[in-house]
Amino acid sequence: MSLMVLFVLMGALALAAALGLLFARNAVYAALFLVLNMLALAVLYLTLGAPFLAMVQITVYAGAVMVLFLFVVMLLGAETLREEGGPIAWQRPLAAILGGVLVGTLSYILFVEATTGKILPPPEDYATPYALSVKLFQDYLLPFEVASVLLLVAMLGALVLVQIERKRRRNDDQTSD
Amino acid sequence: MDWAMLIEWVVKALLLTVILLTGFAYTTYLERKVLAWIQVRIGPNRAGPWGLLQPAADGIKLIFKEELIPAYADKIIFVLAPVITMIPALIINAVIPWGREVVIFGRKVALYLADVNVGVLYIMAVASISVYGVVLAGWSSNNKYSLLGGLRASAQMISYELALGLAFLPPIMLAGTLNLREIVEAQRSMWYVVYQPIAAFIFLVTSIAEVNRAPFDLPEAEQELTAGYHTEYSGMKFALFFMAEYTKMIAVSAIFASLYLGGYLGPFESQFPWLGPVYLALKIFLGLFLMIWLRATFPRFRYDQLMALGWKGLFPLALLNVVVTAGVLALVG
Repeated sequence: MSLMVLFVLMGALALAAALGLLFARNAVYAALFLVLNMLALAVLYLTLGAPFLAMVQITVYAGAVMVLFLFVVMLLGAETLREEGGPIAWQRPLAAILGGVLVGTLSYILFVEATTGKILPPPEDYATPYALSVKLFQDYLLPFEVASVLLLVAMLGALVLVQIERKRRRNDDQTSD
Repeated sequence: MDWAMLIEWVVKALLLTVILLTGFAYTTYLERKVLAWIQVRIGPNRAGPWGLLQPAADGIKLIFKEELIPAYADKIIFVLAPVITMIPALIINAVIPWGREVVIFGRKVALYLADVNVGVLYIMAVASISVYGVVLAGWSSNNKYSLLGGLRASAQMISYELALGLAFLPPIMLAGTLNLREIVEAQRSMWYVVYQPIAAFIFLVTSIAEVNRAPFDLPEAEQELTAGYHTEYSGMKFALFFMAEYTKMIAVSAIFASLYLGGYLGPFESQFPWLGPVYLALKIFLGLFLMIWLRATFPRFRYDQLMALGWKGLFPLALLNVVVTAGVLALVG
């Protein structure tokens, strides 16, 4: 019972933080709302009996990704920058359509599939570190490796782009001398 | 849920907090004394016998100081930042086991607050969010030195967290569990520092970088940044940063002791469980002394040296150590 109360409270907090993220005028505040959202999600995982996922969620997203976000925002001094010329015209309708698709799919699963008994409750130990690593490193090894290679390629790509920019600048400096 | 259980938890949590805060006060005293002796000075000796009341005097002074908030500071975050720094420093101690079970008034009481099956991950999670306070303090002060200190802190944390995380792995692999109490129990035959000297060394170096202590105290580097992220803080808000730093020193020493030095284990501990907390306290003291000693000995790293050491030195070494350990474990069983 107390778990249910905690679940609802944390769900509300996660929602409120997500709204705060959308409507914050200052990029630092937006980033902090996102951190709050992630922490609330971690507690939700805890109430669902997945402590391993909860801790990883905090370490990876709140602890590493968002620290980098905040670092870049502060380094560039981009806290209060407004986008020039407003948002792209087709962005909002597209976001609305995609959001609608997501809500539709989730409600179909929740209200139709779940009531017909197609969805089974998860096994007892579904979220232990052992069960997760068997899934990641045996059952889904190939997709896992593909994802990691993809990330590596993205990182190398960023480095290469910076190098090209640097070389161009160096050439410009030499010709102006 | 029965009431006795709830009361026991609350009492234990309060007791732990009180111990940590007293420990913080006397760690500052220890640091000033040890630094003084190393530099052939006397150190605090006026307040009380041997200067033992110095921490109390410092506390009273800080309470009565004026609290300044800079005119163009971001007030909400400026006030929140010291709190955000202090909370992780305290709650990280929740999973550290101080001993096994003892009997008090006929009731079996476990000498740890939380026996979590993902204890080590909990430590990593809390440690990873502890940088926010420092970064936000630097940003909200609206002072370029503070901002630089905050930025340095976040870059340093991200660089050293990888090697730190990899230094957590060997004890986990050797013990085959993420539970800190079970890791300690697995060291009954031999401390892990013997099997894993490299990982223990990496853990020490990176954890000192995580608590921003000399020689890794670039976020506050007083000569270049005029105290960095806490330049604009005064009174009790400054005291909270101070508290967080020393509480983190205690926490880091306790974690190091639990992972590599056998935690609460020691001679005769199996007969007298009350000796557990004593042994852990001794090991924490060792860690604190080592950190103070390092501060007195080493000059501060330059920023590029810090980054080079983290990414080109410690990170590959830690990775290699994990791979070799995994290989040996797979071969030996």
